Amino acid sequence: MALEPVAMELQALTRNPGIPLDLDVVERLRVNRSAVERRAETLPTRRTVKKEWQLAWLLRAIQCMDLTTLAGDDTPGNVRRLCAKAIRPLRGDLLAAMGFAPDEIKVGAVCVYHNLVETAVSVLRGSGISVAAVSTGFPAAQTPLPLRLEEIRASVAAGAAEIDIVISRAHVLTGQWDALYDEVRQFRAACGHAHLKTILACGELGTLRNVAAASWVCMMAGADFIKTSTGQETVNATLPFGLVMTRAIRAFAERTGFAVGFKPAGGIRTVKQALDWLILVKEELGVAWTSPARFRIGASGLLTDIERQIAHNLSGRYSAAHHHPMP
Amino acid sequence: MNVKEILHAMAYGPAPEARDSALRWLDGHERRFRHFIDGAGRDPAEKTWFETHDPAQATVLARVAQGTDADVDAAVSAARAALPAWRGASGHTRARYLYAIARQIQKHSRFFAVLETLDNGKPIRETRDLDIPLVARHFYHHAGWAQLLDRAFPGYTAVGVCGQIIPWNFPLLMLAWKVAPALAAGNTVVLKPAEFTPLSALAFCEVLTEIGLPPGVVNIVTGDGTTGAALVRHAGVDKIAFTGSTEVGRIIRRETAGTGKRLSLELGGKSPFIVFSDADLDSVVEGVVDAIWLNQGQVCCAGSRLLAQEDVAPRLFAKLRARMETLRVGDPLDKGIDIGAIIAPVQLQKIEALCRAGCDEGAVMWQPTSAAPAEGWFFPPTLFTNVAPSSRIAQEEIFGPVLVAMTFRTPAEAVALANNTRYGLAASIWSENVNLALDVARKVKAGTVWVNCTNLFDAASGFGGYRESGFGREGGREGMYEYLRPPALPAAAVTGASPPDAARSAADKQTPPIDRTPKLYIGGKQQRPDSGYSTAVRAADGTILGEVGEGNRKDIRNAVEAAHAAAAWGTTTAHGRAQILYYLAENLEARAAEFARRIACMTGDEPAGAAREVRRSIERLFSYAAWADKFDGSVHAVNVPARDLTIAIHEPVGVIGIVCPDEAPLLGLLSLAAPAIAMGNTVVVVPSESHPLAATDLYQVFDTSDLPGGVINLVTGPRDTLAKVLTQHDDVDAVWYCGGAAGAAMVERESAANLKRTWTETSGPIDWASDGAEGESFLRRAIQVKNVWVPYGG
Repeated sequence: MALEPVAMELQALTRNPGIPLDLDVVERLRVNRSAVERRAETLPTRRTVKKEWQLAWLLRAIQCMDLTTLAGDDTPGNVRRLCAKAIRPLRGDLLAAMGFAPDEIKVGAVCVYHNLVETAVSVLRGSGISVAAVSTGFPAAQTPLPLRLEEIRASVAAGAAEIDIVISRAHVLTGQWDALYDEVRQFRAACGHAHLKTILACGELGTLRNVAAASWVCMMAGADFIKTSTGQETVNATLPFGLVMTRAIRAFAERTGFAVGFKPAGGIRTVKQALDWLILVKEELGVAWTSPARFRIGASGLLTDIERQIAHNLSGRYSAAHHHPMP
Repeated sequence: MNVKEILHAMAYGPAPEARDSALRWLDGHERRFRHFIDGAGRDPAEKTWFETHDPAQATVLARVAQGTDADVDAAVSAARAALPAWRGASGHTRARYLYAIARQIQKHSRFFAVLETLDNGKPIRETRDLDIPLVARHFYHHAGWAQLLDRAFPGYTAVGVCGQIIPWNFPLLMLAWKVAPALAAGNTVVLKPAEFTPLSALAFCEVLTEIGLPPGVVNIVTGDGTTGAALVRHAGVDKIAFTGSTEVGRIIRRETAGTGKRLSLELGGKSPFIVFSDADLDSVVEGVVDAIWLNQGQVCCAGSRLLAQEDVAPRLFAKLRARMETLRVGDPLDKGIDIGAIIAPVQLQKIEALCRAGCDEGAVMWQPTSAAPAEGWFFPPTLFTNVAPSSRIAQEEIFGPVLVAMTFRTPAEAVALANNTRYGLAASIWSENVNLALDVARKVKAGTVWVNCTNLFDAASGFGGYRESGFGREGGREGMYEYLRPPALPAAAVTGASPPDAARSAADKQTPPIDRTPKLYIGGKQQRPDSGYSTAVRAADGTILGEVGEGNRKDIRNAVEAAHAAAAWGTTTAHGRAQILYYLAENLEARAAEFARRIACMTGDEPAGAAREVRRSIERLFSYAAWADKFDGSVHAVNVPARDLTIAIHEPVGVIGIVCPDEAPLLGLLSLAAPAIAMGNTVVVVPSESHPLAATDLYQVFDTSDLPGGVINLVTGPRDTLAKVLTQHDDVDAVWYCGGAAGAAMVERESAANLKRTWTETSGPIDWASDGAEGESFLRRAIQVKNVWVPYGG
């Protein structure tokens, strides 16, 4: 099938319903690793934001943040704290200094395991912040498919508005694209009205070409977002993975008109990283993708670094972590 | 904009690099700069100054000394005076100085980057991340060559005083490319920076003072083209190294002809950027950005001709246009700017004129919607499609941010389009098929080939052109040879040659042949001379030995055609070429006595001497048969990027015209022709004018040795007349000339038209029988290095 570019008249308010699996597209994907790495390496050197612009971009990073806790020792207590932080991610004096009301800046979502969904939903009710649940045998996806589907339904029933699923890496590594497509389609059906984020676990896919192929198959199967990593792989969100995925998103949008979102996650802890990701998204996908509807950063510790940098930017003094309320 | 508005728009905003330190430096010099001669500042002799500008703001930055003959003379004298001590210093001592320079550059890297951007107008990202780091890298690398010089280049000596003229597009980097190898090899330097961008070179002088480089080793004379011309003309200069336009390169070639000055030229380009349909197109787009929008496209090796396979061309062009919309043109000192200012109004006008010509010729021009700043000298990134190869914008170097795109159907057509240019500096090839990419890399005529990458540089990889992009290499081992003099060819103890008899009578020409009727040898066949004339060949005692055909320009033309038709010789295996060289030796041996008699008759040499010449000829054929599969290239596996193989391939120069010495009529010829054909060249040989029969006897040896027709062609006749025709032939790639000074000057002068490589030996009779008359210095002249960059990653 020809892949002529079409005018990007994005159906911005319509969810990606998916399209039939097109293996020709998958077969014809080409990714040159060293060229991608060169672009990824120089991209952060080609753009930067300073002063007020940096403040604004950092606020956007907060708005796009999936504030995450995925630990074996999570309890309702620490998840409630996290949710409170999600609602008030920044000190009021800092927000006021930038011209914002105390409740004007919120994170994009709170991301937890299924067992904590109810707690998070109860705290966040009325805040406008979604609860995202990791699902389908996170992080390895090595559980029976019926259980994985049931897990999605349970989380949706518990109030999760976003489901972060993990794909079966084996389907990618063995080239069973139809199996991957079918699996994700079923996940999508199980999500119902909840948005589906498909975690590719790029660090376990072997090649960048596989990352591109998995991106395409997930989008064809109806993913609302594609996400780099669980945070549990040896290699998680890297800019080369991000480049390959955002380019796939762009090509999918050109072909179908559907805007699929992008979520890097895993190892994103610093202001510099957050800005690099925003720059990458703006450069490769355009400014329309820098909104929480199409871009999320999965992170737990990043917020503290952003708070300190904003304080520094406003005051000229380097800030201490304990000057900011902890989650 | 307040934070709320920015949060809505998600704009980048300004990110200016501080310029205070550079401005303080300019002010500290009261914005006036003198020459740097003999280790000190020096006012221009004629007290005239010119202005250098900030292209981004169209303002004057400083006034700089205008160099004249007197200034150049003072600088050359200083360099000459400093030469003995510098050349005599140990390699280790010179290495310490070069190392110190590298360290200083690193320590003051941001100052240099800002100053360079101010004076040149290129984005600070480039000066900060490319120019200045590469400068430091170049000095480090050459500190190493200085340290290793004696062991790496035994028998080689410094050339002497080097006059170096550099362009404005990479001011300090081009200085490094010139100064570092010169100093490493023990030369002293007079360098003229470009008129538009002298400041970083002047700041560099302060580094030299800081590290205590002996006075006179490096001298900087600023000025315009007249200053450069004075340097080129100066009799005290031993070598000229020039980077700049092909037009000026030609002038310098003519100017230095016959002066004995060594010359290296790095000139223009119109480099192809070839995209096959199986390429990673998104990466290709970024490659194009780095190819043609680096430094506003003012790059000699810019990938300025985009050749796209037809089936992907529309998609690629659409992606490219989308990418061009996100390029940011503006203040080059802003850290988020992609495209800065054009160097000067004159360059801007040239770009605009060529774009108009492109539109007039029917090409479709496209520019993004974003605006360039109103002040300063800016030009937007520009894409031309629907371009015909015959269009001016497809042929001429624009030296601006203007890409011309054409399409091709097959790999063969891609190669044909790529090579359809006078230039041969660089090429970029994009395909995920390594078989295809390397096949095309071998076929493209270019000194540097980047596979799935572009505009990568490293001090260990030589850089330089094929064809009219100049000759000589900068960087790597091959670059060092440009600043070293090979051991002189040994002089003959006695003059064996008698000058050709100028007083031949018309009657001689009608003398009937005595024994045989040697003809010309063209394309593997004996050919009668086009002139219909023959020339008598006399023995040493004046008796007529025979006649040879009097070759003329048409015979040369035919011989060159035949040599090109035999180009497959260059791609046959080295083993195959070796076999034929051995076979030539074998068949020559079989007729050794006959050849010895012939030589003795012609030259009056004693029989023992003639026999020795034949014996040495046989040995020489053996030598080059041996070298054929051993004088090969190298692989640089330690360059940037980390996963990269840069393959330095020794490729034949092409068709070489060889004008033989009069002495040693057999050995002289074979000493030159054998290394040439061993390396895969094909040759047109003008044999010894006075003793041509040894050559004409050879073609029967050729015929019996399976030498393919056209690999060696023999055209007998008047030496300098034929040499001139050869040199004026635009499809001859090199001329090697042994003869008089006037002939050598003619060869060098006439070579300027297509910038063919020349090698002239005018020192008088050479002892061809000695071991010094063979080896690597001959082989190196028979090849040009092509560096193929192959980054990889699974």
